[in-house]
Amino acid sequence: MPHWLQLMIDSLPTLLLAGLTFTIPLTLISFVLGLALGLVTAIARLFGPAPLVAVARFYVWIIRGTPLLVQLFVIFYGLPSIGILLDAFPAALIGFTLNIGAYSSEIIRAVISSVPRGQWEAAYSIGMTWRQAMTRTILPQAARVAVPPLSNTFISLVKDTSLAAAITVPELFQSAQRIVATTYEPLILYIEAALIYLAMSSVLSALQVRLEARFARYGGMLEANR
Amino acid sequence: MIELSHIEKRFGDAVILRDINLLLPERSVTALIGPSGGGKSTLLRCINLLEIPQAGRLRIGDESIDFAEGRKIGWKDIRRIRLQTGMVFQNFQLFPHRTAIQNVMEGLVTVLGWPEAKARARAMELLEKVDLAHKADAWPASLSGGQQQRVAIARALAPSPRVLLCDEPTSALDPELSQEVVDVLSALAREGTTMVMATHDIRLASRIADQVVFLEAGRVVETGRGADIFSHAAEERTRRFVASIHAAGGASAG
Ligand SMILES: Nc1ncnc2c1ncn2[C@@H]1O[C@H](COP(=O)(O)OP(=O)(O)O)[C@@H](O)[C@H]1O
Ligand SMILES: [Mg+2]
Repeated sequence: MPHWLQLMIDSLPTLLLAGLTFTIPLTLISFVLGLALGLVTAIARLFGPAPLVAVARFYVWIIRGTPLLVQLFVIFYGLPSIGILLDAFPAALIGFTLNIGAYSSEIIRAVISSVPRGQWEAAYSIGMTWRQAMTRTILPQAARVAVPPLSNTFISLVKDTSLAAAITVPELFQSAQRIVATTYEPLILYIEAALIYLAMSSVLSALQVRLEARFARYGGMLEANR
Repeated sequence: MIELSHIEKRFGDAVILRDINLLLPERSVTALIGPSGGGKSTLLRCINLLEIPQAGRLRIGDESIDFAEGRKIGWKDIRRIRLQTGMVFQNFQLFPHRTAIQNVMEGLVTVLGWPEAKARARAMELLEKVDLAHKADAWPASLSGGQQQRVAIARALAPSPRVLLCDEPTSALDPELSQEVVDVLSALAREGTTMVMATHDIRLASRIADQVVFLEAGRVVETGRGADIFSHAAEERTRRFVASIHAAGGASAG
């Protein structure tokens, strides 16, 4: 067996374990929380009173306008100066959640607005409340349009979790770095890490295709509704 | 009986409806005609409170509500009035993510809290009435415009409203497709469904309307029996308008 392959096989369990215990939980939890935050932010911006709209816009402006790595550093290395000490994993979780919240809120805002006004009126005309119209009529239609852009956000997140290495989270990429420190084989180890990220992204892409197919069953959006 | 008294509706400074007084007897069909922008849609939307008038009084059966400048109408009042009405839109507005029968069931289950089975039975009954029982499980996107509008009529009728409001129900349809919708609406009229409909379709109005209201620039210019309005209206403006839609082939969008 060639040396490089042997090395890859030997390091695989360590890398996979890091992925399983840190990368994947970090991705899933911050995506779910981030989506919830994004939905709340989008609704605040679309339907909230002026002060709430301002808060939501300010939040999105800050997060989108600054580098994710810098945000993580502020949370993990910066906040202790004002007495807020966080472990690396929760710090990363907060950083990624805030990030997903801001980006997904823009997507969610756009897809909610893309549902024709007539759908609100149809929902109201049969007696629905705002909340019923939102959850039963508007969001299901918006969700369909949101699948491709939110899938992109999700896949970017999987890859971006490697930034957590910089704030000492022992995730996949940091594990690779540690093995490199003892084996001096950066090319082999980093390619191996890259392949694992590639595998995870590919699984998500496949899920996206299935989700889109599921939504496609009800055919095109009604032209006449536009 | 539906009664509108001194209804006024403004958008900002623009007065869209002024001093509207109308009496719509139970089991009668009223057609609203008039030029585009005259306020037909707004008037219909004031009856189910999709728009809140600034002044006047609305009575539907036993429920009535008064409007006044600056008075906020609460959800309970809106709901009380709205549940007396059903609405059919020019562009159908079926819920595209629900099948035909789910569209009809939606209000019964979500709004009225009916159990699924009871709602399904009622929805099936209505789909039979509009001759679409065989399309119960079809997605709206797979239906023709005429079929979609018939499902929309069934959806509006599901909770047995006191009045069916139709906003140009045939305007988005080709003549052949609009015929099937006209047939359904005629059958409902014969059964005694109380209806108010905005329409440019003289064929529809003359066939089923007991009363025709000519609305222009937010005012009721003339009210009369269909036969009278269409052949010898009292007001010159009404005669001119009727002549213009006859010239345009009897049906046009607006
Ligand atoms: N939401 C709105 N805001 C401002 N103006 C409106 C609104 N809805 C309707 N209008 C105006 O009210 C007038 C009447 O419109 P509408 O009721 O749609 O007339 P019709 O149905 O007879 O064509 C038009 O001048 C239209 O521009
Ligand atoms: Mg109109």
